[in-house]
Amino acid sequence: MIQTVQQTLLQTGQRLLWVSSCLDLESCLDLERMDTQTKWERTWEASVPQLTNSPTLIVMVGLPARGKTYISKKLSRYLNWIGVPTKVFNLGQYRREAVQSYKNFEFFRPDNEEAMQIRRACATNALEDVVIYFSKEHGQVAVFDATNTTRERRISIVSFSKEKGYKVFFVESICDDPDIIAQNITEVKVSSPDYVNCDKDEAQADFLKRIECYKQTYVPLDDEKDRHLSYIKIFNVGSRYLVNRVQDHIQSRIVYYLMNIHVTPRSIFLSRHGESELNLLGRIGGDSGLSPRGHKYATALGGFIKGQHIKDLKVWTSHMKRTIQTAEHLGIPYEQWKALNEIDAGVCEELTYEDIQENHPEEFALRDQDKYRYRYPKGESYEDLVHRLEPVIMELERQENVLVVCHQAVMRCLLAYLLDKTADELPYLKCPLHTVLKLTPVAYGCRVEHICLNIEAVNTHRERPGNVDITRNPEEALKTIPDHF
Amino acid sequence: ICFSKPALPLCMTNCPTLIVTVGLPARGKTYISKKLTRYLNWIGVPTREFNVGQYRRECVKIYKSFEFFRPDNEEGLKIRQQCASAALNDVRQYLADKGGQVAVFDATNTTRERRGTITAFAEQNGFKVFFVESVCEDPEVIAENIVQVKLGSPDYTNCNTEEAMEDFKKRIKCYENSYETLDEVLDRDLSYIKIMDVGRRYLVNQVQDHIQSRIVYYLMNIHITPRSIYLCRHGESDLNVKGCIGGDSGLSPRGKEFANYLGQFIQSQEISDLKVWTSQMKRTIQTAEAVSVPYEQWKALNEIDAGVCEEMMYEEIQQHYPLEFAMRDQDKYRYRYPKGESYEDLVQRLEPVIMELERQENILVVCHQAIMRCLLAYFLDKTAEELPYLKCPLHTVLKLTPVAYGCKVESIYLNVDAVNTHRDRPEVGISTYSHTDTDFVADLVNIRGNLCYA
Repeated sequence: MIQTVQQTLLQTGQRLLWVSSCLDLESCLDLERMDTQTKWERTWEASVPQLTNSPTLIVMVGLPARGKTYISKKLSRYLNWIGVPTKVFNLGQYRREAVQSYKNFEFFRPDNEEAMQIRRACATNALEDVVIYFSKEHGQVAVFDATNTTRERRISIVSFSKEKGYKVFFVESICDDPDIIAQNITEVKVSSPDYVNCDKDEAQADFLKRIECYKQTYVPLDDEKDRHLSYIKIFNVGSRYLVNRVQDHIQSRIVYYLMNIHVTPRSIFLSRHGESELNLLGRIGGDSGLSPRGHKYATALGGFIKGQHIKDLKVWTSHMKRTIQTAEHLGIPYEQWKALNEIDAGVCEELTYEDIQENHPEEFALRDQDKYRYRYPKGESYEDLVHRLEPVIMELERQENVLVVCHQAVMRCLLAYLLDKTADELPYLKCPLHTVLKLTPVAYGCRVEHICLNIEAVNTHRERPGNVDITRNPEEALKTIPDHF
Repeated sequence: ICFSKPALPLCMTNCPTLIVTVGLPARGKTYISKKLTRYLNWIGVPTREFNVGQYRRECVKIYKSFEFFRPDNEEGLKIRQQCASAALNDVRQYLADKGGQVAVFDATNTTRERRGTITAFAEQNGFKVFFVESVCEDPEVIAENIVQVKLGSPDYTNCNTEEAMEDFKKRIKCYENSYETLDEVLDRDLSYIKIMDVGRRYLVNQVQDHIQSRIVYYLMNIHITPRSIYLCRHGESDLNVKGCIGGDSGLSPRGKEFANYLGQFIQSQEISDLKVWTSQMKRTIQTAEAVSVPYEQWKALNEIDAGVCEEMMYEEIQQHYPLEFAMRDQDKYRYRYPKGESYEDLVQRLEPVIMELERQENILVVCHQAIMRCLLAYFLDKTAEELPYLKCPLHTVLKLTPVAYGCKVESIYLNVDAVNTHRDRPEVGISTYSHTDTDFVADLVNIRGNLCYA
């Protein structure tokens, strides 16, 4: 018995983790046992191997208002989405906790000894938290978001990392365009906790003086002196990049990502296809056409888009009939991506939830236990989806105004990326039919507008039921399924 | 019946792109040109390289010495300018008339003046321009380049090694005085990547679009550190023995024997820091287990999904889906199994694997027949037509070692018998099976390649 189970462990891309005290497996002594639960779990191998060994410390470099925090947050969101646990450590936040109320720019004067001490202590605390994140919280990448403008500070970070066995990658943002800097200050600084009691002009003036404090001691990464460091230098919001000594896969991906993002204002519109024939029957997957109400939606969508007067709108669909038919009504050229196809439900394709409960009750329960990682037999998982959507996300970053007509699971993945949702939240994000989401990047995040186009459709959203055990009865399994014809 | 459309929207490669190399001789421009061309063609972007040196060799039948390249050699200069013009003319034809998307103009292009001419030419014709400059001052790297690719050049067939080396070095000198590297200020409006010291450092300026972004990403991931790539299929599987395609079966007894032999073979090669990759299917994992080196599983390396034909024998497919069977033989690269994949889809999902293979050094990939054909086509520059018919027999390891501008291939059969799973391209004829509605069939044959969904 033990050997068979072990062989099964080897033979499949799944790892069986027995957590029950099942009767006929009492003899499996060398497998992990947890006594409290009576359900057994299965885990699925991620579709892409880890490819990252040592933890990586990304170190931001640059004067204030150069986009360091913007880059830190965006990069962290991207890395977490593709499955690399990442966290941002913002020094400004540590400083705000240490110095409860900010007075003015004088705190940042290079001759302010007392302040210097506080600032140095904050940096030490932040780095200590980085150590905890890597060693105790399974972090892979930490982003140290601070100015790090002196060589001295950077050297101390490098030796700290060397000591701990972390790889270091610097990201320097250099910008001398006064318009961009002024815009940054308006968007994110003026509303910062530091300036809660100031009016806009006071805040602006103080912040500019703050920048001057740093300028005096700012030493950018040097081509010669820093030739042994790994870094990317971003000039003027991405018109030019200097990349030095990329060490490994993750740094290569980071560089690629940073070279594809931009800050030009634009909007991303996400919508599912119109209601389909299979939607009406409560069946998942398949490749059916639109129902009559679905066609109505497509027409309404066309009207809505026209009304928005969007400049140079790109429209993307999947290769499936229902998204293509939806896009056809728009009267705009559209491009088809296979990667936008709905999640492959494998053996469950075109079944209703009732069918799945009847024919594959265990699978149904396992899916509810871990909807993100669960892979349909001969099908895909949400985790697989994220990996096949990565090129779509990369191209979405490059583009400006885009309308993506896709599917429920796909839209959940894209939304999770854009709104920084976790793997646990992702499979339960609400993406109803006949509703357009308009996402507009603003400050450090994304503004979302829900636009329901008022055409009736079935609900296809299934909440996680209370009982996810494989021993549950059918009523419990089917409690949360949406109505259908 | 479905033939796949390219999985990436074609719109992203709309405007033809002219890639222009820049750099002194022996800086790897031709190496980069050929490699980039091979990669772009593999991912489905029609690309061709135009090497000015070759035009020059056709024009000046016999190369005498470096004197031809002296900057004060009026006659030489005239000929070289004519060759560059002839090459650009062919570029224009390729991009405008022959359906090319990207042309790589491989020459030194070391003066700002020359680059200005090319930029004007591109503007006139509506091509985007992207410069790829290679800068290297490491004398060892340069000497190695000369040894690997210059000494064997047609220019030096009648010289011995020392003579050739001496002459080539003088040739480089001819260019050095007039060399104007791409400048951060003067050339700030140009789109380019400057590769310094064989990839230690890159300067990237004004990337305009998707294809340039992909080119930059690719160029930043390739390296020239010597290494070998080992490709093999899983050991013979139970389904192989039955003559069935697809599925997820385990190894047959002979397959297990192969796995053991593979382990021994790998050990005997004494490879430093070998990485091993498998798919997520039982048969590759079981094979890798015997190699006793930690392995990593990629879903992207899973065998082609044969959809409704999974686990069928070819005879069964012929019986149940005769039309599908015939259509596949018509265009095996683009044919997509119903509810399955095409070879073209495979290439798309293998692209991240190829990118990571480029980054890696010594590596063994244990995969499947269709997968191995796609990877092999990339390394050996095979066309989409050849790809689905490449021979990848069971129980045979291919050892690929990059050398000069290509790849040396060694085929190592590990002496364990296995079934043959290779099906050659048959004589294609719809008349070989009887179907009452022949007109219907004929229409389908005519519109194949334009259908994406039935």
